[in-house]
Amino acid sequence: MYEKDGEKYFIVDAHSHFWDASKENWVEGKEQYAKGWIDCFYGYHQLGPPETHWDWEKYLKVTPEDFERDMFIEGHVDHAIFQSTYLKEWYKEGFNTIEQNAQLLDRWGDKLIVNGRFDPREGDAGMKQLEADAKKYNLKGVKLYTAEWNGASRGYKLTDPEAYEFLQAAQELGIKNVHVHKGPTIWPLDKDAFDVADVDHAATDFQGLNFIVEHVGLPRIEDFCFMAVQEPNVYAGLSVVVGGLMHARPKFFAKVMGELLFWVGEDKMTFGSDYNIWTPKWQVEGLVDWQMPDDDQFADYPRLTTASKKKILGLNAAKLYDIPVPAECQLPTSADEPMQPGEELVEDKAGAQA
Amino acid sequence: MTDLPAEVWRALGTVLDPELDEPITDLDFVESCTVSPSGEVTVGLRLPTFFCAPNFSFLMVADAYDAVSAVPGVTRAVVSLADHHASEEINGGVAAHAGFVGSFEGEATAELDELRHVFLAKAALAGQDRLARPLVDEGLGPDELAELTLADIPDSMELRRLRDRRMAIGLPYENDAPLLVHPDGSRVTSAQVPLHLRRARLQRVGIETNGEYCKSLLKTRYSEEAKARA
Repeated sequence: MYEKDGEKYFIVDAHSHFWDASKENWVEGKEQYAKGWIDCFYGYHQLGPPETHWDWEKYLKVTPEDFERDMFIEGHVDHAIFQSTYLKEWYKEGFNTIEQNAQLLDRWGDKLIVNGRFDPREGDAGMKQLEADAKKYNLKGVKLYTAEWNGASRGYKLTDPEAYEFLQAAQELGIKNVHVHKGPTIWPLDKDAFDVADVDHAATDFQGLNFIVEHVGLPRIEDFCFMAVQEPNVYAGLSVVVGGLMHARPKFFAKVMGELLFWVGEDKMTFGSDYNIWTPKWQVEGLVDWQMPDDDQFADYPRLTTASKKKILGLNAAKLYDIPVPAECQLPTSADEPMQPGEELVEDKAGAQA
Repeated sequence: MTDLPAEVWRALGTVLDPELDEPITDLDFVESCTVSPSGEVTVGLRLPTFFCAPNFSFLMVADAYDAVSAVPGVTRAVVSLADHHASEEINGGVAAHAGFVGSFEGEATAELDELRHVFLAKAALAGQDRLARPLVDEGLGPDELAELTLADIPDSMELRRLRDRRMAIGLPYENDAPLLVHPDGSRVTSAQVPLHLRRARLQRVGIETNGEYCKSLLKTRYSEEAKARA
């Protein structure tokens, strides 16, 4: 919990990792990809405030003690949701698997949710694994990285027939939340891999699932917003937005937040620190203190109230994952009816004011 | 006598990052450019991350090769991309004139014209916000904005840029073309203006935010500290 000016914020970090990018884990002959991947993350890391920067060596792999301190002791986090990213083409034991994440359940099982994953290209074996994982970890969510390499394949779309079979199975296994992370490659390579049109189709066809688009679809935030405004079961995962822009590019952070508040709305935005790309402490504290600038160019963006910040920092994700929230952190009135703020514009009912 | 290195640099300045709609020279993607006395040009490109999307990366290398090769006086051009997961395929493919499909055998089914088209359309939408926003701030309402043609807009870099993007994808770009148009080129009606401008602004925020990320990441990637680490 984080307390500021007498207000209590229940913090759910809806996108965090416990990865192993150590050199011992690099696949022989694929070292350049393993290094390239973590170097790319390290580039993002350096967009945070300088005093939060780590050495590259430390960044490769943190200990459970680091995790505890950064998340629960200093980071204000009440509940964290682990999103796995396998990348076994490049990392021997995987970059960040369910098993790696689950090691921490013994110590902090009351504060952690381990999400699963699937890869539609893994066929029957993948389906069996998903069933086993769902049972073992009582999965409520999965993370899908559509740009993952698999043999000769450079990625997949949610609309692939095999992906639909997995989504159907996931729904039947009691999984509610699908976190989608787009990346730079997809088959075929001549298409835009960041396009979120496949999420649009899947969200329409699987009404029983929520689709949390991580990094708000960056670098296709416009496609994401145009879609999210029309799909009630699509959410905006804020990881990388807060970490990558709030400190490094505050003006752009304000614009992106303004657009998200307008198109997607405060009831459908969830905070994620993306640990250990960044630590949560400065992100939580910064977001609580943050205000839309007074400058004219931000004048018609919605404002963030204390209540909106409470929703974004924890209450929205708590609802998606049925995480109990202490009474002192709840909002006085429940916001059960999600707003679709841009709806009237899409239906062309907007007023004259541009 | 022409200043060949300056001409080559100017040619590189016409090459855009398709996603960011900015010249690669402004983005600091051109790491080196040398011109020999006999007119042989060697260009080294670099990008913000090891995993920048291979299709856009290919376009930049191929476009740079074409632009430099077309400069009178250039006898040979070699353009190569460094520090990228697909450097080998891209550099080899461009040098061999293999096209995208030939460079990524089995992984691509078409050349990149459609992809380029999608991003020019995005740039053309963002450009409408850049030109219309100051007019909205001056107090123009939806009725007036819907009536504006390109002839009503004072000449500027931004206007020329919009015309170029529209011309490239077959949208109206002459003086009688409306300032605000739908993706199919039809006029935006007064009632549609508010939503249209919201979309145009979102598009611009999207492109410009990507640009900020890329510039920040490039700066970090090629900083003194990063070099010391490597």
